[in-house]
Amino acid sequence: MRREWRVSDDRRVGALAIAVTVGAFAAVAAGAVVPARAAAQVDGQAVYQRWCAGCHGVDGAGDGPASNTMLPRPRNFISALYQVRTTATGELPTDEDMLHVIDVGMPGTAMPGWEDVLGRDERLALVEHLKTFSRFFQGAAPTPLEFGRAPGASAESIVRGQEVYQTVECWRCHGQAGRGDGESAPTLIDDTGFPIAAADLTESWAFNGGVAVEDIYRRLRTGLDGTPMPTFSDIVDAGVITDDDLWSLAHYVRSLSPEDPPEVREVVVAALLQDEPLPDNVEHPAWQRADRFFIPLVGQIILEPRWFNPRVDGLWVQAVHDGAQLAMLVSWTDPSESPDPLWAPYAQRVIDTMGPDDEGAATAPGAPDQLVIQFPQILAQGLERPYFLQGDGRRPAYTWTWQSGVEGAIESVARGLGTGVTQPNGEQHLLSAAQHLDGQWKVIILRALDTGGAEDLAFPLGRAVPMGFQAWDGDNGEVGHQGAVSTWYFLFLEQPTPLAVYVAPPIALALTLGFGLLVVRQARRSNGVRTSDSREPTRDPRRETEA
Amino acid sequence: MSERWLAARYAALVVAALAVAGCGGGEGGGEGGGGGGGAAVENPVDPATAGNVAGRVTFAGTAPTMAPIDMNAEPTCAAKHASQPMQQAFVAGSGGGLPNVFVYVREGLEGLQFPTPPQPVMVDQNGCVYVPHVFGVQTGQSITIRNSDGLLHNINASPTVNRPFNVSQPVNMETSRSFAAAEIMIPVRCDVHSWMNAFIGVLTHPYYAVSGADGSVSLPGLPPGNYVVEAWHERFGTMTTNVTVATGETAQISFEFTDDMADAHVPLGEPVDLAHPDGHAVAD
Repeated sequence: MRREWRVSDDRRVGALAIAVTVGAFAAVAAGAVVPARAAAQVDGQAVYQRWCAGCHGVDGAGDGPASNTMLPRPRNFISALYQVRTTATGELPTDEDMLHVIDVGMPGTAMPGWEDVLGRDERLALVEHLKTFSRFFQGAAPTPLEFGRAPGASAESIVRGQEVYQTVECWRCHGQAGRGDGESAPTLIDDTGFPIAAADLTESWAFNGGVAVEDIYRRLRTGLDGTPMPTFSDIVDAGVITDDDLWSLAHYVRSLSPEDPPEVREVVVAALLQDEPLPDNVEHPAWQRADRFFIPLVGQIILEPRWFNPRVDGLWVQAVHDGAQLAMLVSWTDPSESPDPLWAPYAQRVIDTMGPDDEGAATAPGAPDQLVIQFPQILAQGLERPYFLQGDGRRPAYTWTWQSGVEGAIESVARGLGTGVTQPNGEQHLLSAAQHLDGQWKVIILRALDTGGAEDLAFPLGRAVPMGFQAWDGDNGEVGHQGAVSTWYFLFLEQPTPLAVYVAPPIALALTLGFGLLVVRQARRSNGVRTSDSREPTRDPRRETEA
Repeated sequence: MSERWLAARYAALVVAALAVAGCGGGEGGGEGGGGGGGAAVENPVDPATAGNVAGRVTFAGTAPTMAPIDMNAEPTCAAKHASQPMQQAFVAGSGGGLPNVFVYVREGLEGLQFPTPPQPVMVDQNGCVYVPHVFGVQTGQSITIRNSDGLLHNINASPTVNRPFNVSQPVNMETSRSFAAAEIMIPVRCDVHSWMNAFIGVLTHPYYAVSGADGSVSLPGLPPGNYVVEAWHERFGTMTTNVTVATGETAQISFEFTDDMADAHVPLGEPVDLAHPDGHAVAD
């Protein structure tokens, strides 16, 4: 149930370096030797101060030194509002609920899981210690709700779930396609007045309460206290919908995300399209068949002004080529077409909450959405790549920049983040189109493999070309250095299969068969006597094949 | 038990019911019986010796400008309003009165225990506003939350002393909740309609009221004695006054909020402890 990226160790280390707060803690955690504990009582207070106080604060008020780089903010243990519970709305969590969240963390937030870092007795001691922060735990232990077992998913239950999604108006916040783009989404705040995003239901791996249908059903029954997400138990009790309907809704919500969390692959393969035209729009059926590659993004926190709260946490990339042109489709969740006046107050709240004190940090909303795809301007031998933030003076990056509200994508050469110099008018070779629908951007960019331009990268076939991404959501307060970035990936353009691959094997097969038959005939004729004739043919096919 | 005693008890219940009705509840409905749990408590007040507090809340100075509520996205709700609905943080009353002020006895009832009214307090979501916008309820008393709009509302109560709740109501329906402890005041909001909010005052006694359209308030049936009465407004904060109640008399109170109080501290989520009524004490 935990988010598991299939990534190389190298990449994981890189991601951690970027992912500040979580990263810092997790890296320390991963590298730490679990201390030999005394067999006696574990001191929950000591465990808390060592591992938790940095974010949750020494007094449990959710205001540790790292907390202002986080949205949502770390849990305030004094008010004892817990999102992920098995109890009714407003009730305290059970000990098991608290242990569960400590164990697996809160996906989609800065809260990591501690199951592999702390011993069970340490985690249990933590549960006890967290309860001491709030007087609410002095009363009777809470009683979990009874949930029953999940009925199996079926096509019917998912269809029914879609109806329930309409009936109970989930779309008000989560949007018709579930991407957190409902009409109420820009107004949402949590219990402490901070802006909060409606969950993107197409990214189940980032559901903070878990990805299984049972988890989703439980969130519907219990609500997520402290957030705008209410309980739906009352409408079952009132007979508005049945419990089975709520299960169907859970199945439907689960069906909006891929079965498995996306696998992160380092190489985006651009398939060669033969005998069919390259797709020239985002709706083209060729995209249905093209492989999809997930590229995770994190906040840009290397250069000031930094950004700790990126909206775009991943891009889906597809690429095809026909030997002359390359077409790339990039899709990602973004609830609005920035700048959208309805989202301006949200952007302002995010800026006010998350804006670092860094010089040059954004102070007002109004920025567009942006996508940058970067390549090295010059392909180096080996694995040498430009600096991952649009290169530097030594190794420039060749970039494609798309912006909402601006016609066409542009080519630039950059020597550092945001330093891109637009190629002259006559040297712009990109064709592009964009669509914003149901909380999703789809941007298609086409370019000739070789533009002939001296400043442009010519895409070779059959070779891994470094490729990286940056994305901005203007209505999330993102502009300039304050956006989301990826590390380097690769783009690999499939080569046409050489004719020899099709021709040589059948010839070899035929020759082998022919010589084989000859040998058999010779053998029968000579009646078991081995002669030089019988050895000779067995060498010949080998020679043919090798040729 | 004598007949006279039964009559006195009945009268006390009526007084309590009137007090609740006076602060905007009273519509009844729902499945009643929101008992506070535990043994039944008898009303300690003898109506034969009780007196009343009544008066007015007024506003002086330049009235703050309220922004209009954009209900274009909700035509069902917009159609329910004869005129342009405005934000409700300040509502101008008639004759200089200030409506939506929660007026309650803060001190003077020490040692008295009051029964939990069996009838619920009703709050309706009608026209994408809470009706009433400010109301009181006794600890343990049931609050019936009604959706008369037939579209999605969620009722997100964010108390500090009490536990919260956040309930969805996507259709015309009712649901019930209650609060266990006294708290001034509990903010309630609808996350679907960001302009929708309400405030609930929770007390262990029935002596509270919300000022009406003309700013008038009435706290009937108080035992004779000295009281501190507080008036709470969501924008202008609180004012207190001392009042002496005598048998059969109606003691007058008046509160005048002024425009220079616009930045005043507005208590939210504070406990009211009748045993230790020295200001807004912290619960723990």
